[in-house]
Amino acid sequence: MTHVFSMLVENHQGVLSRIAGLFSGRGYNLESITAGVTTDPQVSRITLVCKGDDNIIDQIKKQLNKLVDVIKVNDLSALPSLNRELALIKVRAKPNQRGEIFQVADVFRARVLDVGIDSMVLEVTGSSEKIDNFIAVLQPYSTREVARSGLISMERGKKQATEPTLQRKGASEKLNDDFKITIA
Amino acid sequence: MKINGAELFVKALKAEGVKHLFGFPGGVVIPVFDALYSETEIQVILTRHEQGAVHAADGYARSTGKTGVCLVTSGPGATNTVTGIATANFDSVPIVCFTGQVSRSMIGNDAFQEADIVGITRPITKHNYLVLDRKDLGRILKEAFTIANSGRPGPVLVDLPQDVLLEKGDDEYPAKVSIRGYNPVLKGHPNQIKKAAMELKRAKKPLFYVGGGIHIAEAVEIFRKAVKKTGVPVVHSLMGIGALPGDDPLCLGMLGMHGTYIANMAVNNADLLFGIGNRFDDRATGNLSKFATEAKIVHIDQDPVSISRNVAVEVPIVGDARLVLEQLMPLLEAPKINEWIKQIDEWKEEHPLAVHVVRGSDAPKANKAGAARAEEAADRRSFGHLRPDRVIQTICEVFPDAIIATEVGQNQMWTAQFFTFRHPRSLLTSGGLGTMGYGFPAAIGAQIANPDKRVIDIAGDGSIQMNIQELATAVHNNLPVIVTILNNGYLGMVRQWQELFFDKRYSSTCLMSGADCPPECKGPGDHCPVYLPDFVKLAEAYGAVGLRVFEEKDVKPALNEAGKIKDRPIFIDFIVEREFNVFPMVAPGSGNTEMIFSEGRQG
Repeated sequence: MTHVFSMLVENHQGVLSRIAGLFSGRGYNLESITAGVTTDPQVSRITLVCKGDDNIIDQIKKQLNKLVDVIKVNDLSALPSLNRELALIKVRAKPNQRGEIFQVADVFRARVLDVGIDSMVLEVTGSSEKIDNFIAVLQPYSTREVARSGLISMERGKKQATEPTLQRKGASEKLNDDFKITIA
Repeated sequence: MKINGAELFVKALKAEGVKHLFGFPGGVVIPVFDALYSETEIQVILTRHEQGAVHAADGYARSTGKTGVCLVTSGPGATNTVTGIATANFDSVPIVCFTGQVSRSMIGNDAFQEADIVGITRPITKHNYLVLDRKDLGRILKEAFTIANSGRPGPVLVDLPQDVLLEKGDDEYPAKVSIRGYNPVLKGHPNQIKKAAMELKRAKKPLFYVGGGIHIAEAVEIFRKAVKKTGVPVVHSLMGIGALPGDDPLCLGMLGMHGTYIANMAVNNADLLFGIGNRFDDRATGNLSKFATEAKIVHIDQDPVSISRNVAVEVPIVGDARLVLEQLMPLLEAPKINEWIKQIDEWKEEHPLAVHVVRGSDAPKANKAGAARAEEAADRRSFGHLRPDRVIQTICEVFPDAIIATEVGQNQMWTAQFFTFRHPRSLLTSGGLGTMGYGFPAAIGAQIANPDKRVIDIAGDGSIQMNIQELATAVHNNLPVIVTILNNGYLGMVRQWQELFFDKRYSSTCLMSGADCPPECKGPGDHCPVYLPDFVKLAEAYGAVGLRVFEEKDVKPALNEAGKIKDRPIFIDFIVEREFNVFPMVAPGSGNTEMIFSEGRQG
């Protein structure tokens, strides 16, 4: 099953490589990874999407938590959350096709960023599925280039996961509680 | 006061109570060695290879629980530490390894002796650092020592660019650091502990299964009390050896691939397996689908990652083994297990501990007449019928309280089977990574940390050659490490697999094989070339003592003679039977109770 992890990490050099290396070294499946600094310049947020059965996901979560530079790991797939991805798509567009493409873009709430003599660049945001669909719809116009940002994700509602001061306090109880959930 | 980075480094070592540092100098770390030059509080042990330095720091740490420290230069110096670091990482040994790095402005330019050692060691360290700012140095040094020896210990590497070492700056070395991403769980969850105690009380066939964590957490004493209070029998992994004295009736020995019959039978018949500081390693469990199928599993471990990784665990407890056992102790009650103990006693009679079925050479045959003895000593072709298991039993008889280091392979397994360990931290062996060449430098480190104890490396003739250069280190430091070489002229463990599973095709495992040998040799004979090297002469060339033993009657006198020497290393070259195997054995892919007891016989 696909899981989305939202993590707070120390904004140290090499931290992305530590996480990516964990996945390659242990043979875990990493679908996408994005990183950006938070309101606290010393803390970055990393969102990663990975696949695996429950055992593997449990291991991934524990291994991530074990990294010294990782402050907090949240598995958002178990929580009500918002998932967004951004894509830039360049399609071949002769002048007589522009109108059609504008219409398609409108349906997907995509923006036209650039119009050239025989091409257009579109920007679209949304769930990964929506972006897949949009790219599929544009196929007749022959897409020349696609750049996708990878998923970023945030939990809905009250709980503010962005707060960098959320430390792993009382981790003992929490971890053992987590195990109970896993086993039950 | 403003001091340079190298001086702050020395200050940090002193603040951490470091008395010994294992190292090898090179271009970019000259400033640090310079700062250490007239230092009286810290003794620098110059090894002959960086790998030796790391293993020595490892042996120092394992035998004491203190953090081992090493210091090497950039580039090749740093890359030579990799095997040592990976060894320590696998077995959770607290080491801080300092590597020099080229100056910051040159990093990334393929400068002379530059290596991205932080990148290289990322997956094999607990954590690592590249110091890019002199003002961070004090904090990073403190963090390195803190991380290495807390929680589940492990190696931490700190990469020190030359110009950071030379730059003047703050002299502050913090007394404490807090790392927000690093908060090891120490105490166990009370509800889980209650559950564990309940399961143990209810069990009809309970079994403790302990691993190296019990030594690391200094939990041996309380564990022995818990065993006494409950009367529950114990099996241990290779790393758990010494948790209970090997001759205690409740100690069933090691489980797994070369474990005892009783231990493997007990594990697969138990209804409760109570794991402490172990990690259900594949060499211990054998085929997982056949492992402890009858048992509920309780698992106490410091590292959440180890829990429910290989086997599903009913009662997981994350925490320090000693603290959790302290919490558990008042709740423990002795279960009613008379039947279970009776069953175990029956198994004991079927295959008593430390005795196995051997080939037809049970009775040592006289080799040649006495007159030929002297001649024979010079003839390194003549391998006799000395049994390695008897050699190890004799070592145990002569030095029962020694710290034993091993190399990897048959020598390691025979040591685990035939040496009766009675004390915690008395076996130093590369368990997880299985590093040949570990034992001798580790023994050197242990001897430095324990000047009043006997330290013995039980080696094979193959693995001793992987770090034999450290003889010089041992001689120069007057270290009376005894190296007992079980010399069979083979890379014995691989040869054993070839004998059992590859139709005796001894490909690249004969250490006597030369250009004149037939392309396909199926075993030793009179035609074999002379064995290399002559370990007696080699020891003497370094100023150490060299002895050679062919027959069982000479084993004890040789060990006694070695025991009298207190100022330099002793090599004893035991010429053992060439094709002697380690039994019992669980073939790869088999369940633990499908043991082989001798060549071609399934038990």
